[in-house]
Amino acid sequence: MKASSDAFVRRLLLAVACTTVLCLLVIAAFIFKEGLPFLLKVGPGNFLFSSDWRPDSGHYGILPMLVSSLYVTFGALLVGAPLGIAGAIFLSEFGPPALARVAKPAIELLAGIPSVVFGFIGVMVLAPIIRGAAGGPGLSILAASLVLGVMILPTIMSISIDALAAVPQSYREGALALGATKWQAVRMVVVKAAGSGLLAGTILGMGRAVGETMAVIMVAGNAVRMPRSVLDSGRTLTANIALEMGYATGMHRQALFATGIVLFVFIMILNGLASSALKRRAGKR
Amino acid sequence: MTPKVEVRDLRVFFGGEEALRGVSLDIAANRILGVIGPAGSAKTTFLRALDRMNELKAGCRTAGRVLVDGEDVYGPACDPVALRKRVGMVFAMPVPLPLSIYENVVYGPRLNGVRNKAELDGLVEECLRAAFLWDEVKDRLGGSGLKLSGGQQQRLCLARTLAMRPELILLDEPCSGLDPISTARIEEALSLLKERHTIVLVTNNTKQAARASDETAFFLMGELVEMGPTGRIFTNPSDKRTEDYVTGRFG
Amino acid sequence: MNAHRASQRVAVSILAAATFLCLAIVAFVIGFVLEKGLPQLSWEFLFTKPRDMGKAGGILPAIVGTLALSLMAIAVALPLGVGTAVYLAEYTRETRVTKVIRFGTDCLAGIPSIIFGLFGYIFFVTTLKMGWSLIAGALTLAIMVLPTLIRTSEEAIRSVPQSWREVSMSLGATRWETVRKVVLPNALPGIVTGVMLSFGRSIGETAAVIFTAGSSFRLPKSAFDSARTLAVHFYILAREGISTDKAYGTAAVLVIAVLAVNGLTYALMGGFMKRKAR
Ligand SMILES: Nc1ncnc2c1ncn2[C@@H]1O[C@H](COP(=O)(O)OP(=O)(O)OP(=O)(O)O)[C@@H](O)[C@H]1O
Ligand SMILES: [Mg+2]
Repeated sequence: MKASSDAFVRRLLLAVACTTVLCLLVIAAFIFKEGLPFLLKVGPGNFLFSSDWRPDSGHYGILPMLVSSLYVTFGALLVGAPLGIAGAIFLSEFGPPALARVAKPAIELLAGIPSVVFGFIGVMVLAPIIRGAAGGPGLSILAASLVLGVMILPTIMSISIDALAAVPQSYREGALALGATKWQAVRMVVVKAAGSGLLAGTILGMGRAVGETMAVIMVAGNAVRMPRSVLDSGRTLTANIALEMGYATGMHRQALFATGIVLFVFIMILNGLASSALKRRAGKR
Repeated sequence: MTPKVEVRDLRVFFGGEEALRGVSLDIAANRILGVIGPAGSAKTTFLRALDRMNELKAGCRTAGRVLVDGEDVYGPACDPVALRKRVGMVFAMPVPLPLSIYENVVYGPRLNGVRNKAELDGLVEECLRAAFLWDEVKDRLGGSGLKLSGGQQQRLCLARTLAMRPELILLDEPCSGLDPISTARIEEALSLLKERHTIVLVTNNTKQAARASDETAFFLMGELVEMGPTGRIFTNPSDKRTEDYVTGRFG
Repeated sequence: MNAHRASQRVAVSILAAATFLCLAIVAFVIGFVLEKGLPQLSWEFLFTKPRDMGKAGGILPAIVGTLALSLMAIAVALPLGVGTAVYLAEYTRETRVTKVIRFGTDCLAGIPSIIFGLFGYIFFVTTLKMGWSLIAGALTLAIMVLPTLIRTSEEAIRSVPQSWREVSMSLGATRWETVRKVVLPNALPGIVTGVMLSFGRSIGETAAVIFTAGSSFRLPKSAFDSARTLAVHFYILAREGISTDKAYGTAAVLVIAVLAVNGLTYALMGGFMKRKAR
């Protein structure tokens, strides 16, 4: 009797464990159900590669948003990846352990700060500086890149620190024994061994940047135009959804869900890349 | 007299490896069976096969039969949970649960639904006395079991097993990490316990087997080399390998 | 050799500079918000309702809304998360099913909050006819925090020594009795860490909440009322330029909440690590 009640618990827990998968499927199903018919009707080519977004007159081209999203994402990576990885290397390889003990939680704190707060600081502090120094509207791709770069720091940094910590101590000792300086050992052996982990961190940071919404809405300017420079205002895919969801109906709303599909697919690809990078690391060990 | 446990062609596989290779033996009731053999000879595997603990490990498969009181432990009708209530086990490393001394002892009885405080109190005293631990801990039954010394912890584990009132007690090198005095206490407890229980004592200390067990089985590389009355195994073994091992000339 | 030394010195200096820049950014973000926001805080601000669209008065409904929403989300997600973790760690070996579950969890963790917002709106608010409500927001948030809860719980469960399980089972406990009496009590600190992280995430979430819980000013009276969280309130104040002062005040409350949650988590984790080391 006891054994059969245990079997019951096992089945129950299996059902519970399947809820995540179920949630994922339902989310995908509903986003696709709302967006896919529209996407097929307008045609993915027209949707993705037309730069004419005027929902009130039936023009649905998201190219400007796509380009802005890419700009902002790569801008964020240019800021966040070098800083995050450099910080991770310093804290795990060179800095005193006491510093790492303080710095790690401090930087992870950044991950907890609401994105709207970052956006607000961007508006109040960063935008005026950019406007003053470089001209333009201030609220721009550049501002969004800088804010997002800071926001993805904790992701990149903590995954990088884990990756570096997973490199066996013997690798370092081996290189040092051959007469390398510590920096050479780190550069040529440790960073290389941790490479796929650093890559995975960067890709996950990238996913975070692509998906971030509220901070970007506040600082990117949101103009529906093809951005010509980083000082231009731009509207990302996420911002487009969030800004227009409030009042969109009919075709317009479907177009926003179709934008959601684009985003969803993009994120899934990035996740796949990151997890295969992490697997490669696991396989190497 | 029918034996308490009959083991027939018992085989245990880990993945593809056959760790226990077709062991057959009988364990008489109210006796202590000592199991000796070098490291890796599958003593632990044999012991754990008796109460189906091996199957908690990944990739483990068991073949053959183990009859306890004539009932096949690996038969479809046998519930391993019920079996483990009848068969107590003490592990090589003392592992108190992260609970108080008292709660460690009553863990099993509570699972069986014993709620009565007086009954539990009586049981705790009885079992701790039987394990020769009562005098050392009677004033701190509420203290953590983890804070006892290694020897005390192992006796706590024995008391915890006794509280199940098991018919069969399996001990896996219970004294391997203990000093001579703690070891003597445990051996003394065992010699009294065999009046009411059947005991299998795995040990890699041949002297302990010689002192404490009535019968001795010698395992080598997953096989039972020979088994017989302890006196004969240690003075006049029939197999050359047994002789080498008990006289310390092994390897 | 000297050239190598020099290049090491340059490289390490650059790395150190990057690290200190990161730390300076953290200090600036927190310092800036607290410096501008703390002077706005008062009992009145915390415990009265907003007036005049939020230009005056306090943020009481937003505090209540935030707490209600976060607690409801965790109440839904916690049993699911811990149940999944128990299944993965205790009831199965690595199989195709667990691979699918892990993959689903990873994907869910990567989905951006705006997608959750879209989904919550179309599913809970519209299809299930919950309307903009605490319950719709909480269910959406629950799905969002589920991966965090699963991961931290599984890690905590796996850190419970295997020997304790064996002892419990050898004493005739079933799997489930072992989980209940030995595994979960000893995994508790790690599970609580996951809860705190989820709580922090719920407090700060905006995009998913604004489309599901709405942004009503009123104090929510039931789970089916719309409510405005602190983050949403802050977003509206800041974005619509209603009141910069009140926005700073709200931001300070948010940041203090995040600091408190993080501090508590670290205190708990510290204890947890120490226990593990023992
Ligand atoms: N979980 C497992 N997975 C794979 N192989 C195992 C496992 N447990 C035991 N074995 C193998 O089974 C054989 C017997 O091991 P066992 O632990 O029973 O030996 P033992 O006689 O108890 O040794 P010791 O005196 O060191 O305790 C060994 O070769 C071991 O490698
Ligand atoms: Mg052994």
